[in-house]
Parts: sequence; C-alpha cells; structure tokens
Amino acid sequence: MGRLGLFLVILIGPVPALAAGSAGPDQARPVADSFEAVDSPNDAGGVIELSWAMSPGSKLVDSMLVTRSKAGGPENVLSVVSPVSTSYRDTTVANGVRYSYALVPMLDGRRLAEVGPVAASASAQWIHSGRSGMLIITVILAAFILYFIRHGRKGGELYIRQIAGLSAVDDAVGRATEMGRPVLYIPGIMDMDNIQTIASTVILGRVAARTAEYGTPLMVPVSKSVVLSVAQEVVKEAYLEAGRPDAFQKDSISYLTDDQFGYAAGVDGIIVREKPAAIFLLGAFYAESLILAETGRSVGAIQIAGTAMPSQLPFFIAACDYTLIGEELFAASAYLSREPKLLGSLKGQDVAKLFFMVVIVLGVIASTVGQAWDPASEIAAFIRNLTHVE
Amino acid sequence: MSWEMVGIWGGALLTLCLYSFLYRDNPFYKFAEHLFVGMSAGYWAIYTIFNVLKPNWWDKLVGAGDADPQLIMIIPGLLAVLMLMRVVSKLATYSRLPLALIVGAGAGLQLVSFFQTNGLKQVENTVIPLVGSGVGPTIDNLLIVTAVVCGLVYFFFSKAHRGITGGMANVGITMLMVAFGASFGYTVMARISLLIGQAQFLLFEWVPTIPRILGL
Repeated sequence: MGRLGLFLVILIGPVPALAAGSAGPDQARPVADSFEAVDSPNDAGGVIELSWAMSPGSKLVDSMLVTRSKAGGPENVLSVVSPVSTSYRDTTVANGVRYSYALVPMLDGRRLAEVGPVAASASAQWIHSGRSGMLIITVILAAFILYFIRHGRKGGELYIRQIAGLSAVDDAVGRATEMGRPVLYIPGIMDMDNIQTIASTVILGRVAARTAEYGTPLMVPVSKSVVLSVAQEVVKEAYLEAGRPDAFQKDSISYLTDDQFGYAAGVDGIIVREKPAAIFLLGAFYAESLILAETGRSVGAIQIAGTAMPSQLPFFIAACDYTLIGEELFAASAYLSREPKLLGSLKGQDVAKLFFMVVIVLGVIASTVGQAWDPASEIAAFIRNLTHVE
Repeated sequence: MSWEMVGIWGGALLTLCLYSFLYRDNPFYKFAEHLFVGMSAGYWAIYTIFNVLKPNWWDKLVGAGDADPQLIMIIPGLLAVLMLMRVVSKLATYSRLPLALIVGAGAGLQLVSFFQTNGLKQVENTVIPLVGSGVGPTIDNLLIVTAVVCGLVYFFFSKAHRGITGGMANVGITMLMVAFGASFGYTVMARISLLIGQAQFLLFEWVPTIPRILGL
C-alpha cells in the first residue's frame, strides 16, 4: 500500500487522508522517523545535513515543511519538500551556532504533528578524511622534490632535456631587436591565483631580462589588475638586474580590461598597429587564443605559445611557431633560469611522473590478472583506493 | 525609433565594424575596439565593486542584514590598502606583501585541485584491465593505457628523447596530436555556430528593419 500510495501521490497529486478505521495508513504513526541532523563532514562548515526515513504505513501527506530555529529565536520555514524526500541540506547556517530542526507534515493546508526537533551545529574540519591517500602521496613526492633541491644546491648535476620552444626564446627576442620592432608578451587572461599565470610571470622575467639587455621595447597588456602589479614588479626587477633601470617603462605594462573579448580586441589592435616581431602567449587562455594567435601570425611575428588548457592547445599548435604543451610551461622557469632550486623541483616532479607510471603499470597488470585471480583484483582495488580523492 | 530598434542597430553596426577587421585595420574597427575595451573595463569595475567587494568584504565587515560584523575582515581591507601603496613611490615596497600572499595562496590552493584532477584522478581512471568485454572495449583500454603512459614519458624532462624513451615519447606526442586534432575540429564547429548565430541576427533581426528606417 505504501508504494502504491506514493505512486498515487506522484500521479494525481495530494491524496486525502483515508477514513479512520479503514484498512489504510496508521493515523497515529509519525510520518517520518530516524530524523537526524548532522554537521556535513569534510567541509569548511556552513552546512548541516538532515535525513529521515518515511515511516512505513504512516499517513500520506501533501508535503513537508523543514523548519529551523535558534535557541530562544522564532521558527523559520526553510523549505517545503515533497512527501517522498528523505534528506535536506541547510547551507545557510553559521558555524558554531546550534540550530533546532523539525519536519512538519502538511495535509490539506493543515499542520500535522511535527517530527523532531533535532539539533546540530556546523563546524569546519581541518583534515579531509577522504583525502588521506592524497596526503601520503603528496608527502612522499614533496620529500623527493626537497631531496633534489638539496642535491642541486650542493652542486650536483641536474640534467634537463632540451625543450625546443624555450630554446627559441632568446632567438625570438634577438629577431625583434634586429628588426627594430617590439616584443609583445601576453600572460593569459586569468588572475594571479592561477598557477599558469604564476608560471607565465616567471618566464616574463626572463624575457624582460633579454629585452633589457638588447634594448628592445617590451609591451605587456594584461587583463587583471593584480597581474598588472606583479608584471610591473617582475619586469622592473629584470631591468634592474640587467643594469638598465633607465630603460624600464612602467607604461609598457598596461591594463586593458577584465573582459575576455574586450581584452582580445584590444590586444589585436596593439598587434596590428605596433607590429611586434615576437609574440609570447604564455599562460591560461580560453576562446580568445586563436583570435590572438591568428592576428599575430598575420603580421608575421614569431610566436611562442604555451598553456595548460587542453582545449586551446590545438589552436596554438596550428597558428604559432613553437608551443609549450601543458607541463612544459611549468618546466620553463627552471629550464630558462637553470637555478638549482627550480631544477631540483623539476626533477622531483619527474620522480612523481615515474611514480605514477609505475603505479599505473602495476595497477593495470593487477587489474588484468585480477579478472581471473581474486588476490590481484584486491591489489588493483587498493591502488584505486590509494589514488581516490573525494 | 524604439529602444529595441536602437539596440538592434547598435549591435548590427558594431558587428559590422568589428568584422571590417577581416579586410584590414581601419577607423571603424578602432572605434568599435576602443568602445568595447572602455565599456567592458567600466562594466567590470562596477561589477567587481557590487558583486565582489561589497558582498565578500564590506557586508561582512559591517554585518549587513542580521549578521554580526566580522572584524577579521579588517585584515583583507588593510592588505587592499597596502596594494594601493604602489601609487606612492616611497611606500611601493609594501605592495609586495599582498602580492606575495596572493601568489603564495593561489599556488598552494591550486596545488590541491591540480594534483587531484590532473594527477590522482587520471591514475585512478587508468587502472583498468587491458582485456575488456569484447574487441571494442579491449582496444579502448589498450589505447587509454598506452596514451597515458607514453604521454607521461613525453613530459619526462630528466632523460633525452632517444632510444626506447624517444620511441615512447613519439607515441605519446602522436596520441596528443590526434586528441588535439579532434578537439580542434570540435571547437571550430562551435565557433562556426557562433558565426551562424551572428549572421542570423544580421539577416533576420537587423535587415528587416532597414526598409522601416528608410520609410519603404
């Protein structure tokens, strides 16, 4: 009857209470039981999760009100949920405040006997229990990175293979110098909290050092105010280190707009009017990537691009002379500077890749053999659990 | 002329101004470009004030509504003031403090999400049996495992791409290029649909208004 009743509620809407004494729902039973309110786990707080189970054979209702109250405060209706709902997330709570919740079944506009109250308070958790595998792997890999940094600082040899796009940086600046045209550097359209923008500003330092050395004008239009500040600092520092502080022009690093296509239109205008001989497109890009790269190509500039955005890489590969693919962008700062600290970090990341390759190969073998031999499938499940992140 | 008509004509003329760039740089494009850059810069400034600064900082600081004031919000306010020190040359050094905080916090926070999505999630989903249920799934699984392992070899910087390493790296970059080709085609289709949308706007919304404007 319970399932049929729920089906009817869904099919024809509210179902009136059955006559007392008939072979129907028990009028005295509460609509829901096992009503619980708990703090949502593994979060920054601000969420309380309510759950309940429908009492089998209880009265069928139209809907249920979820109500909340603070100690000594009025009762507020948070939401009206369907009679078949069994959970609700309250995302409007403050951490550390105790709230009381109740479920109020509604039938024909009348409030029936409420379920509850139950009380709970939200809090933030420092440790995410579903990410312990990630913590272990991060600590191991961080240890490798620190080892290689130490090794590099002690003068140990740290070999890095040649990366064509980065070897061309000096050539591109040299070409601009010979042609007497400026160098244009575009650090992407994301803010300084994006790791690609951070990597890009490090490479900007290297490019600025070369333009300072060669006396070539450098233009850096940016789309975020914080990137403007960082880029000005980086370029100024590079010019100081190159012994050419007089050549530093603050206005050559300019803010255009935060808007994606407004920025693209502005940069296109700069490209066609200033006709830079070398263009660097390094950072996080979205749909404007091809617009910029194609315009750069139309003025005959040598273009070095790099991004970790998989959807934009094809456009850079098609329209630019050199393209740094994903990880190569992050390796660039170490490759260009040859600083032991950065090279050590890069070596540590290589160990991480080796570690992942070994884990994948072992996992695939275990998974394949596990189809016929259970212990191997358990190993595969262990590897999956180790790398699983909630 | 109604405001709707003004909007259609403004949109159409600016679209044509921007498309004129396909011929060459010209005053019409320059006008549309400067209008676009200027208006978007102004729009984002206001957007940032009312959708970022006010709800995330000011409202919390003063306790908007029935919320209690959060005095800890004085700290980001101070950092913002330090950022503005850039305009005073003698105090410009202090602007590096909030910059360092942004860069450091950004890198730290991104580490978790990058490691999770670009590292562990990929590994977890690659731990699959080579033999699937049928020929098709088996080929799929072989391709996935080969592409991931060889792709990782390509991005291994500690060894020159020679010998076995070079061979695997070549397989890796070939797989990447095939994926990029597919992505290129897919995205170009999406761009063409945008172009079609704009052409439809010109043809079906703007062109029919021309006789009305001309009194025909």
